[in-house]
Amino acid sequence: MDFNDTPEQAGFRAEVGAWLKANATPRTGRRSLNRRIDSEKGLRLAKEWQAKKADAGYARMHFPAEYGGQGKPVLYSIIYEQEEARYDVPAGFFSIGLGMCAPVLMEYATEEQKRRFVPPMVRGEEVWCQLFSEPGAGSDLAGLRMRAVRDGDDWVVNGQKVWTSGAHYSDYGILVTRHDPTLPKHKGLTFFFLDMRSPGVEIRPIKQISGASDFNEVYFTNVRIPDSQRLGEVGSGWQVSITTLMNERLAVGGAPPPDARDLLALARRVRLEHGPAIEDRSVREAIADWHVQSEGLRHIRSRSLTALSKGQAPGPEASITKVVSATKLQDIGSFGSELMDIGGSLINPDDTLSDALFQSGFLYAPGLRIAGGTDEILRNIIAERVLGLPGDIRVDRDRAYNEIPTGA
Amino acid sequence: MNFDFSDAQKALKKQTRDFLKGACPIEVPRRILEGAEPYDQALWKGLVDIQAPATAIPEEYGGIGFGYLELCVIAEELGRALAPVPFSSSVYLATEAILRAGSEDQKKERLSALAEGRAIGTFALAEGPGVATASSLETTFDGARLTGSKNPVPDGDVADFAVVVAREGDGTSLALVDLAGAGVTRKTVDTLDPSRSHAKLTFDGAPAQRLGKAGEGWAIKDAIFDRAAVLFAMEQLGGADVCLQMSVDYAKGRFAFGRPIGSFQAIKHKLADMYIKNELARANCYYGAWALSTDSPELPTASAAARVAAIDAYHYASKENIQTHGGIGFTWESDCHLFYRRAKLLALALGSARVWKDRLIDALEAQAQSA
Repeated sequence: MDFNDTPEQAGFRAEVGAWLKANATPRTGRRSLNRRIDSEKGLRLAKEWQAKKADAGYARMHFPAEYGGQGKPVLYSIIYEQEEARYDVPAGFFSIGLGMCAPVLMEYATEEQKRRFVPPMVRGEEVWCQLFSEPGAGSDLAGLRMRAVRDGDDWVVNGQKVWTSGAHYSDYGILVTRHDPTLPKHKGLTFFFLDMRSPGVEIRPIKQISGASDFNEVYFTNVRIPDSQRLGEVGSGWQVSITTLMNERLAVGGAPPPDARDLLALARRVRLEHGPAIEDRSVREAIADWHVQSEGLRHIRSRSLTALSKGQAPGPEASITKVVSATKLQDIGSFGSELMDIGGSLINPDDTLSDALFQSGFLYAPGLRIAGGTDEILRNIIAERVLGLPGDIRVDRDRAYNEIPTGA
Repeated sequence: MNFDFSDAQKALKKQTRDFLKGACPIEVPRRILEGAEPYDQALWKGLVDIQAPATAIPEEYGGIGFGYLELCVIAEELGRALAPVPFSSSVYLATEAILRAGSEDQKKERLSALAEGRAIGTFALAEGPGVATASSLETTFDGARLTGSKNPVPDGDVADFAVVVAREGDGTSLALVDLAGAGVTRKTVDTLDPSRSHAKLTFDGAPAQRLGKAGEGWAIKDAIFDRAAVLFAMEQLGGADVCLQMSVDYAKGRFAFGRPIGSFQAIKHKLADMYIKNELARANCYYGAWALSTDSPELPTASAAARVAAIDAYHYASKENIQTHGGIGFTWESDCHLFYRRAKLLALALGSARVWKDRLIDALEAQAQSA
């Protein structure tokens, strides 16, 4: 048991470190550049940075060379990301495309399409989004109703998607639709990719609790998608979606700060009735509980990396990461605000002791508990796929989709 | 990055599990729970035969000089099996105390006997209900004789000697006392978990030797507990894993409302939470094992985190295992209560979660100051 790199990994880490040092600014605070600036400027900076990374050979190193990567083991990408995390670089715009859309293209698209679309994604020249959830189909994704009707060499698509991260700045999207509502719900789905500037696509931002608008509603009115942009067979949209969701769970992992160590730092500074909060027994016990969770997740990452570096698949324990970190973020945000007592409601960064870290975490966390699989769905997945418990009894599974009650 | 046990350590784990399957099926802890025997002598002899108590003792003192990762692997399996033997008292506590604080003569005299199971040692801190602190201790040591009483002392009725935390002058020292000697009275006491034996020890000027330097007893105790906490946590993890497996098996096979109860989300989510707590505990335990095996400066934070996580996981798994079993779960004949009792016993031994959470923050603060 050790936490050291192999000589080869250490050499690569040093090489990456030197390149980053020459090309980026070390991070000082805990907030990343992309959170502090508006998305248009942020996107421009992110594209510049991604192109620079790609020129140096550090973008998506584990992708095959013919699709813009370097054909290296995934551990190289991870080491690069670990080192990059120490620097204040723009991030976040490409994670859905590279984490979910590119893998699905590489599995289902034609060779020509892969060579056309994956390399520009790796270079940050084209941004992709994922159009899955609908107003009536979130956790029950297979209940989606967006309709695709074949018309010659095209499909004509009508309906609405929602919670589409980054639709407003994306060039392309992957999309799951219903081609046949008379089939059982999992069997009537078909999967496509499309140009987000296609006529009939209308994007409206959603304002979240936090005030930010990371997501959109996307309306489709007679949008034509060529059949050549279908991914997988007609009727196999569910299997293609599952491939994407498996990659999503790897892409949506941890939570942003504040974490236990931020709370510890706050507790040293903020005063309660009898002195600094860090001297209060109940505060100490609460921080200890969250520290243990954070450390547990950190060590689980180390175990996953160990498996990857041995060429094995990470164990199922990595599946607990999001469900633990989202609730932890919510609780720490709440508790940190409470430590500031009446003044804890202040949210202007200059009025807080902590750059409003706890207040913004408190407002951001409810979304994290839902996005990328709700707490409840993730617990079902752990119970069924990891523990092997029987599936729920489904009253809608074998019925024609258009006969399933909707409550509407 | 290689955060995993080696193939040899995994093989040792399997050997230990196979051995315990034969030597310690659940009937063994149940027999000790229900009967008058303080521990299972055949199992103890079997563990001595496979040299388990000698695992981490250096060869020069009669051990086999494996490392602590090997001992952690064995601890996890003993926890799974609810092994009713004085292993934790003798190996995680008494042996560690002598290894850490003993003089050369004390090491030579005691360690090979501990390694070969000829002697059983234990460690005595508590003096009845309440948190024991350096200033609360009433047992006194004058450099030669020990006076006072300790209760409960794990395996105090069967141990050959005890390491006793006692007040000496204005400070605290550790005293090594032979329990068969003059001035020692021992009385078996009942505890929450009768599958592990405990006693009240009373010292009336009992002859004792100092272990470690005078006045440093409390700091040595803390250092020993930092090490023992990892090993106890491994036992707790093993027990919590068995509770989860029992719950999953029962939830698959028990039908209600025309379907397996494991198909209901109320049960699924409970068992998913059990899994989550167990995995957080496992990750912290393995990190604690690494810190223990390398004498890392991170041992105080890593061991406290392992203990806090393991207490939480085993408590939750053992209580929700009963709940998942429903009515049968709280009967005497069900095995659920054996784990519920052991979970609480191990959660209290070495001090409760609230004490260890406080230690964890102290250790984090000390780490921050030295950084």
